[in-house]
Amino acid sequence: MGNMELQYYHVLIPLLPLLGFLVNILLGKEVTRYKAHWPAVLAVAGSWICSLASLRDVMAGKIIDADLYTWILSGSFKVSVGFLIDPLTAVMLMVVTTCAMLIHIYAVGYMHGDTGYYRFFAYLNLFTFCMLMLVMGNNFLQLYFGWEGVGLCSYFLIGYYFNKKSAADAGKKAFIVNRFGDFGFGIGVFMVFLTFGTLHYADVFPHVSSIVGKTVNFLGWNVDLPTLIALLLFCGAVGKSAQFPLHVWLPDAMEGPTPVSALIHAATMVTAGVFLVARCSPIFNLSEIAMNTVAIIGAITMFFAATIAITQNDIKRIIAFSTCSHLGYMFIACGMGAYAAGIFHLYTHAFFKALLFLAAGSVIHVVHTNDIQEMGGLRKYMPITYAVFVIAGLSAGGFPGLSGFFSKDEIIWSAYASHSSVGKFVWVLALAGAFFTPFYTFRLIFLTFHGKYRGAAHHEEAGLGSHGSAHVSGHDSGHESHGEHHFHESPKVMTIPLMLLAIGAVAAGWVGIPPILGGGGHFAEFLKPIVGHPEFHASHAEEWGVMALSTTIALIGLAMAAFLYLRKSDIPEKVSKKFSAVYDVLYHKYYVDELYNFLFIQPTLKLAGKVLVAITDGKMIEGVVNGVPGLIGKFSQKLRRFQTGTVHHYAIFMAAGAVFIIALAILLR
Amino acid sequence: MVPLSWYMVLSLIVFCIGVFGFLSRKNIIIMLMSIELMLNAVNINLISMSHYLQDLRGQILAFFVIAVAAAEAAIGLAIVIALFRNKATAHVDEMNEMKG
Repeated sequence: MGNMELQYYHVLIPLLPLLGFLVNILLGKEVTRYKAHWPAVLAVAGSWICSLASLRDVMAGKIIDADLYTWILSGSFKVSVGFLIDPLTAVMLMVVTTCAMLIHIYAVGYMHGDTGYYRFFAYLNLFTFCMLMLVMGNNFLQLYFGWEGVGLCSYFLIGYYFNKKSAADAGKKAFIVNRFGDFGFGIGVFMVFLTFGTLHYADVFPHVSSIVGKTVNFLGWNVDLPTLIALLLFCGAVGKSAQFPLHVWLPDAMEGPTPVSALIHAATMVTAGVFLVARCSPIFNLSEIAMNTVAIIGAITMFFAATIAITQNDIKRIIAFSTCSHLGYMFIACGMGAYAAGIFHLYTHAFFKALLFLAAGSVIHVVHTNDIQEMGGLRKYMPITYAVFVIAGLSAGGFPGLSGFFSKDEIIWSAYASHSSVGKFVWVLALAGAFFTPFYTFRLIFLTFHGKYRGAAHHEEAGLGSHGSAHVSGHDSGHESHGEHHFHESPKVMTIPLMLLAIGAVAAGWVGIPPILGGGGHFAEFLKPIVGHPEFHASHAEEWGVMALSTTIALIGLAMAAFLYLRKSDIPEKVSKKFSAVYDVLYHKYYVDELYNFLFIQPTLKLAGKVLVAITDGKMIEGVVNGVPGLIGKFSQKLRRFQTGTVHHYAIFMAAGAVFIIALAILLR
Repeated sequence: MVPLSWYMVLSLIVFCIGVFGFLSRKNIIIMLMSIELMLNAVNINLISMSHYLQDLRGQILAFFVIAVAAAEAAIGLAIVIALFRNKATAHVDEMNEMKG
């Protein structure tokens, strides 16, 4: 692989969205206003074209690793702003810019007429910039910059409808929960600097073998250095990628506008954790404990989120839990050492999950509710949305021949073929997940698009209640009081990105068809120089067997959803009644939120109220703030007695003062 | 020849009369006159010392004091007139607007 100089189009990739952001944030209110999408979409489209050019360079065997300028220089500590474009970055660039571009276009229709139109596109561009900085950085600090930047934009955009309390709270929740993960990540970056004396990837990764077997005293324990660094970095990934136990923010993040959910909380930002693990694979590879932790956390989240998803009724939350679950799959692959499979799933997932979200947004745009129990029968009004939803669902569920199938199969196969006890445990959970994914996805589709429309009675209040006054959707406002017969397909500016993403959801995976199915496994080969490829010792028969098993399980899941929600639609209710204990646990998301509320939030609030407000703030800070002026006031009250207003008193003081000073001058001479 | 100490004593007496007058009288005009007395006491002192030391600088300073005294009297009287027009009194105890 040859190296290559930094070209102008490499720099333009992150620069264009930054420019778009600046234009809209500075001029949005007065100039661009309802044309704010022009700079935004053009910027992202430009950066997509530049990404294509970069992909061409990388495909030609070039790697770009160049510094743009020195960012921080302090003694031996030097950090540059620089770009590393290798196969891993190139894949991420394509995922980010392609999804960002299509979602920007979609948002033109979805956000049409919204009062914060320019603000929305400004933040979306800023997000794209940060995400590109994250994936393109050639050092840990730039990664961290992008990492925090996307977190900030996520906060902005979740709380986009800031006059709705639930949205503002969800934004805060996402930000605060991510603090926990980022704290670990920050320490991890410090540890990297402490160990290697530099933060540049090129100076760290080739030398990782030097730290094997070293231990370090961490909080009084002697721990294995590679394990410590890997686990600290993984902390950040757990927070950002919404893995158990820090997954709680992702479902609430659905308060944001749907394009945001699609771009940030499905396709790009939440996958940053997987990217981080893959990027730091040389460190992770050194520690079996860290790898197993990654795999187990991934497997637990995957199973856990998938089971929650089958009981939820909010269309976006179901897809959010599905995202959690698929991110779990990616971590399973990383934990098994099959980073390429994880990144492959990241890549296919970006398409089908963004598509699911956008299609859901298309539904919400029309029916003005998020509750699937109030939908139904929308198939005939929204044929395009229905078609792409089914394609995305099949792809997500791992239906043979579609993108999701190839990537998911790679992961399940890598779990099976690793022949470790952790691998077996993970494999069983992954198979269970393979059943749940098509089940909840098609439960969602059948409840939304099939059967009879169930929302007429609640239509008006649902429209007002769940969508709130913040979403002013000009041409749709007339629908509030009308019945279902007024439903119509979303505008072309929304359906065309849906169709393009649908092509991706079907065909994106074809670049990574494994050799056993007659493909070249190009994707894994492409990434192999960066993340390596695990050696599996298993026969073709086994591979076929595993594939057949997971496919069968997925089809059973689909069939069960069809049976329960199309044929015998009274059964689900009976089942939920009969197993109400299980149902309640799942419906309340395993009571994790309640547990956190009890364990962390209430004690924190108590601490804040009883100690901080009453003592620290009330007694100490207010004591000082009010005490000093009080003291001065009292002293002044005494002093003002001298200010009698009688000239003679002043004259006496003056004379006495003069005598005193002269006496002093004489005596001290 | 009158010895220096006599001049000094005269100057001291005039100065003390000025201080006493300034502190004891309530009429603003008399207070101004007392200030004038104090300044002139200083002048006597300066000139006598100047003569005794055979140094003209004392006399020059005395001219400065006379000039300052003239200016002070002019401004002081102007202020007194302005005050009198407003308050119809020259009594200093009436002028306590600035009292804290």
